[in-house]
Amino acid sequence: MSDHLQFSAIFAAPFGEQLWAGLQVTLWITCASWLLAMSVGTFLAIMRMSGSGACGKVVTAYVAYHQNVPMLVHILLWYFGIASLLPTGIQAWANEHHGEQIFAVMAIGLYMAAYFSEDIRSGLRSIPSGQYEASRSLGLGYLKSMRYVILPQTFRIAMPPFINHTVLLFKNTSLAMAIGVAELTYTVREIENQTYRTFEAFFIATMFYVLVCLVLMVVGAITAHMTRIPTTSK
Amino acid sequence: MIRFSKVNKWYGDYHALIDINAQVAKGEVLVICGPSGSGKSTLIRTINRLEDIQGGSIILGEQDIHAPTLDLNQFRSRVGFVFQQFNLFPHLSVIENICLAPTTVAKKSKIEARSKAMSLLERVGMVHKANAFPQQLSGGQQQRVAIARALAMDPPVMLFDEPTSSLDPEMVGEVLAVMKSLARDGMTMICVTHEMSFAREVADRIWFMDAGAIVEASTPGIFFTAPQQPRAKRFVSDLRAH
Amino acid sequence: MIEIIRDYWQVLLIGQYPQGPLGGVLLTLILAIAGLVLSFPISVVLAILRISPFAVLRIPATVVVYTVRSVPLIMLVFWTYFLVPLLVGKSVSGVTTLLCTLVVYQAAYLSEVIRAGIQALPDGQMEGARALGLSYVQTVRKVLLPQAIYNMVPSIISQFVSTIKDTSLGYVISVQELTFAANHVNSQLLTKPFEVFMILALTYFAICFCLTELAHSFEKRVAKKRLGTQPTLSGTTNDTILES
Repeated sequence: MSDHLQFSAIFAAPFGEQLWAGLQVTLWITCASWLLAMSVGTFLAIMRMSGSGACGKVVTAYVAYHQNVPMLVHILLWYFGIASLLPTGIQAWANEHHGEQIFAVMAIGLYMAAYFSEDIRSGLRSIPSGQYEASRSLGLGYLKSMRYVILPQTFRIAMPPFINHTVLLFKNTSLAMAIGVAELTYTVREIENQTYRTFEAFFIATMFYVLVCLVLMVVGAITAHMTRIPTTSK
Repeated sequence: MIRFSKVNKWYGDYHALIDINAQVAKGEVLVICGPSGSGKSTLIRTINRLEDIQGGSIILGEQDIHAPTLDLNQFRSRVGFVFQQFNLFPHLSVIENICLAPTTVAKKSKIEARSKAMSLLERVGMVHKANAFPQQLSGGQQQRVAIARALAMDPPVMLFDEPTSSLDPEMVGEVLAVMKSLARDGMTMICVTHEMSFAREVADRIWFMDAGAIVEASTPGIFFTAPQQPRAKRFVSDLRAH
Repeated sequence: MIEIIRDYWQVLLIGQYPQGPLGGVLLTLILAIAGLVLSFPISVVLAILRISPFAVLRIPATVVVYTVRSVPLIMLVFWTYFLVPLLVGKSVSGVTTLLCTLVVYQAAYLSEVIRAGIQALPDGQMEGARALGLSYVQTVRKVLLPQAIYNMVPSIISQFVSTIKDTSLGYVISVQELTFAANHVNSQLLTKPFEVFMILALTYFAICFCLTELAHSFEKRVAKKRLGTQPTLSGTTNDTILES
């Protein structure tokens, strides 16, 4: 049990640099996964809306599979399982170039895509059909109706669950430590192992996570407020 | 201007429109009335193809509206439609609602679209709310904006599907006033409505529909005083009772 | 894949038992059920504190819930691993650590579910009970909670599914639950990692999917019983409150 808290031990070299590097890895994985999740999620939502029964079933299966299997298992499946199926040349390349980060991004991105597509879907379902009829009656085709009338409203409605799931995505990056990704949690554990300053190390990491989550929630609230559809003033 | 030839429509087994043969002339104001479930809304929605038909044909101008070569979007932009639920776009302001179709479908410039929109808003008495959002307006105000939005594409014909049925009674008058002024300006109008005062004052002809067919077609003068068909007689006497 | 299941089903199902501690699917389910049962009373208390009219009760509860929701579960596991031995005075097993973490984590999320359930009840319920002379505590206990909890059963089932998925973190601290067992199998086989981990994923899928469908069918029953006058609680809270 440490007598005094010594935060300086954590920040001293080389641990300070390690900490900073870990932070950067966490942030880059968050951004990459988020972009992947948004693109795949939007694509899934559009596929589902295309009206084709087969497309609908494929999307339902995708969402059901990803939401009912733990995030950690997805990561392990990608890193141990799918990686072993790749040609040895690609495996070698991945080993040289931080392959574990790429697999982590794939796993987290595809997992969160299921949630994002459900958010978009429930947003779409809450838009009255009259909106679509009105835009078609004005002569706007399917794509223009989507672009100018339906999707803008959808994204505003889906904003709160989007924010929550973005926070979830950010927290899920910590699971990448299980496959050796040198993100924040992994780094902090390493530092703790070497300096025995368990409380200080964990405290720093926790503070960072809490801070970023709070920032995300505040930014989300502000964005939602700025893009909100004005309600009755009378 | 519009010709229905042997138009038939089914919803599954339910025969919603039965052998509709009728015409609407240019500049004519037509009112379609009848009990609920008679097919009035269905009929008017077939004109801009919000509903499709299984038999017969509908000709608008010289155009068969179900021709495979028809550009559906361009066609729809030339038919003005006003909904019972207004269906204004809540994320756009009033003026943006009106300018959307002219700028994206007719490819007009923003300036041209805006000036046209402002003059239409003046016509319906809503200039002062050009930058307001739909939820900030009353029902009557929203419907007037909806009419302006439909007029923005200069359609040769305007369709009204129970435009005042969702409004509180005190707001019905302002919307009817706009419709009456349109009629006086020579617009070809087809209105599904329960507002018989409008029919009496402005309509050139009335179609009375029941159970999917046009039961009686005559002028307001004759229809309200001496309807021919028994169902029409019952309808008119119910009206008088109120 | 069938051969792997045939050869290793025992390890995956019950771990090394009886040559070692209980593990596999069984341990996963035991952890999840224990986690839910133990966290339930805490979450009810937290929920009631969160809606309390007294700020001195409400604010600390809110801070606790928001903080727990802002920290990754794995981080909480490490905290528990570090703090519990200090508090208790002796070292604790991985299972106990995981269980304590799950209880705290799920309590925070479950309290949000229950709070939403209570707040979704019509105001008239509280008013009617107070008008009859029931005190605040009696109202909550006898009128609000029973209704809220019945309505929230689908969400509680969803939360249970969430807990089952969270037990997979036992892998990181050598708790012998399903994921750890699968990894153990993989380290023995070495040649078929994809098949092993696919079996792992499909096992979780089978368990969680059935429970999720159960939640959906219960949701329909709740909606019918309440005549659809109440908002779809599971629908909205699943999106905004529950995680995983």
